[in-house]
Amino acid sequence: MSAVLETTPLLSDILASVKPEAGLKADALSVLEQLGLPGNKSEEYKFTPITRSLEKNFNFATKNSASELKSIESFAIPGVDAHTLVFVNGGFVEELSRYNQTDLKITPTSGTENGFGTLADFKSDALVAWNTAAWTSGISIEVKANTTVSKPVVLHYIHDTSKGEVKSFTRNIIRLGKSSSLTVIEKQDTIGDQAGFSNIITEGFVEENAALNIFSLQADKGKRFHFGQTSIWQARDSRMNSFTLTLDGKLIRNNLQLILDGEGIESHMDGLYILQGDTLADNHTVVDHRKPNANSNELYKGVIDDNAKGVFNGKIYVRPDAQKTNAFQSNRNILISDKATVNTKPQLEIWADDVKCSHGCTTGQLDEEAMFYLQARGIDKVTARAMMLYAFAGEVLDKINSGPLKNYFDSLISERLHKNF
Amino acid sequence: MLSIKNLHAKIEDNQILNGLNLEVKPGEVHAIMGPNGSGKSTLASVLAGREEFEVTDGTVEYLGKDLLELAPEERAREGVFLAFQYPVEIPGVSTINFMKTAVNQVREARGQQPLDAVSFLGLMKEKMKLVEIDQSLLNRSLNEGFSGGEKKRNEIFQMAMLEPKLAILDETDSGLDIDALRIVANGVNKLRDKNKAIIVVTHYQRLLEYIVPDFVHVLYKGKIVKSGTKELALELEAKGYDWIKDEVAVV
Repeated sequence: MSAVLETTPLLSDILASVKPEAGLKADALSVLEQLGLPGNKSEEYKFTPITRSLEKNFNFATKNSASELKSIESFAIPGVDAHTLVFVNGGFVEELSRYNQTDLKITPTSGTENGFGTLADFKSDALVAWNTAAWTSGISIEVKANTTVSKPVVLHYIHDTSKGEVKSFTRNIIRLGKSSSLTVIEKQDTIGDQAGFSNIITEGFVEENAALNIFSLQADKGKRFHFGQTSIWQARDSRMNSFTLTLDGKLIRNNLQLILDGEGIESHMDGLYILQGDTLADNHTVVDHRKPNANSNELYKGVIDDNAKGVFNGKIYVRPDAQKTNAFQSNRNILISDKATVNTKPQLEIWADDVKCSHGCTTGQLDEEAMFYLQARGIDKVTARAMMLYAFAGEVLDKINSGPLKNYFDSLISERLHKNF
Repeated sequence: MLSIKNLHAKIEDNQILNGLNLEVKPGEVHAIMGPNGSGKSTLASVLAGREEFEVTDGTVEYLGKDLLELAPEERAREGVFLAFQYPVEIPGVSTINFMKTAVNQVREARGQQPLDAVSFLGLMKEKMKLVEIDQSLLNRSLNEGFSGGEKKRNEIFQMAMLEPKLAILDETDSGLDIDALRIVANGVNKLRDKNKAIIVVTHYQRLLEYIVPDFVHVLYKGKIVKSGTKELALELEAKGYDWIKDEVAVV
């Protein structure tokens, strides 16, 4: 297949901004050049005009300005004692980071790690190719077999735009040894009122009987444009829990991909997006069942107000070998305003015959009869609405074990929903 | 207490109430009976403030106020209570949390201090006994997975908690077996006093053996066409509604 390729000024700037190197980076760059950035006819980016947003808001011929950030205290998660790793404008900042290596190994990503680049496929997605060619820093986390990492790792992705727009390219790799466990929390924040674009890829390898939890908090009140891909490979009997909370940002695209490559695996993908203003949040998830007797469970819920947009795309593959798979997926949305929109699409491809799979998506308004019921008991409209929405969101929030992180998420959700009961 | 004059109401293009008049004084129990589609539930809905119904004519005065001007929550705070014919299931909203919010918003509107957790639980325990409702039910999401009887008992429990001045029971007896009916009726009877009024909307005379009304009204084609005492209910039970229809047709 051949296509007439047109190199746009944006793409030229991007290509010029990435220094040609040998190896994987160079390969990825040429793929990016061939693919070009996704246009409005791209199936995978149909509802998420990322290329147009980048054209409009960024100049890739310019470099990031330096940041003088001295403290990240205001961005810390209250009550969470963690290994704190801080990226500012795409660079890892050792002085702002606090961690020790007692039960895990934290090193800068080199690109030569075993398995690097094998999960996030740069040949099919230009944004992945871009990151693979352009990443400047990242963290490699290694946990030895039989080790339970006692404190979570918090990754702060901070954009300091006070002196100009920011573009950041981060690449992480996580390797969990047999029967080990680790919790990672990602958080985005912006200083200043100029635009920032982050392109962050995390690849994870979860060996036999290990457990990985990834929480992603996207509540950046700044002008954050974000592409992220998290690709996780799981060996037999491993567990993976992913939780994505999206409250703010200009344009947020999350690709989450789980490869269930063994028996007895359990994977949970949960997401909650409560959007307002003109935020666009797009969650694209893929669960790939390759072996028998594994379970995956996915619940994404959205509350969308103002002009905000939600996008959900959930693919489930059940390969011929993956008999006795249980795969469940659900996406439910409530639209609050007339202008709010959501596009949701489940995609199931099942080649095995002895499986239990289900999917469902719903989009609706607040139940008026329920609203009336609450009001008829003396509860004002604002509180009644908050009760209903909080209950709706609560089903996802309850997937998190109680503790300071859940309390923090709860407080953010409560604030967003004007909960006062 | 409640004075309804010439009330006309419609939903979409269906005119349902056609000049209804009703006077209710404190301490009285009024039963509204009538065949299906006569407008009984519409009357209950209009009084509680359900938005789908449009009042096209007439007035409703409640304790000196224009009831129709008030939002549903304001009516509730002024002491109007509707026991729903079909109580709504609201997953994720705990019954206790809901009740506490409602009680405290009502108290606030009445100029009372909100109840703290301990006093609220105390009040709740007391009222639970009244309708023989189990704590485990109240720990669950509001009405979710409740049986028909449990839902109706929960309505009366809420009524007991909110201490209304005017309670409207919309077919609270429909679908209940005799034991559940007795429990619900007992709960209602314990709440009767000289300052409170109750409007019992029902299709069946059976309920009125347990909640004995002072007045019985027959609603037909959106109007009260006959009023009497509890004997009227017995007559309706024995003869059905056809004779009423015939009487109205003659007039």
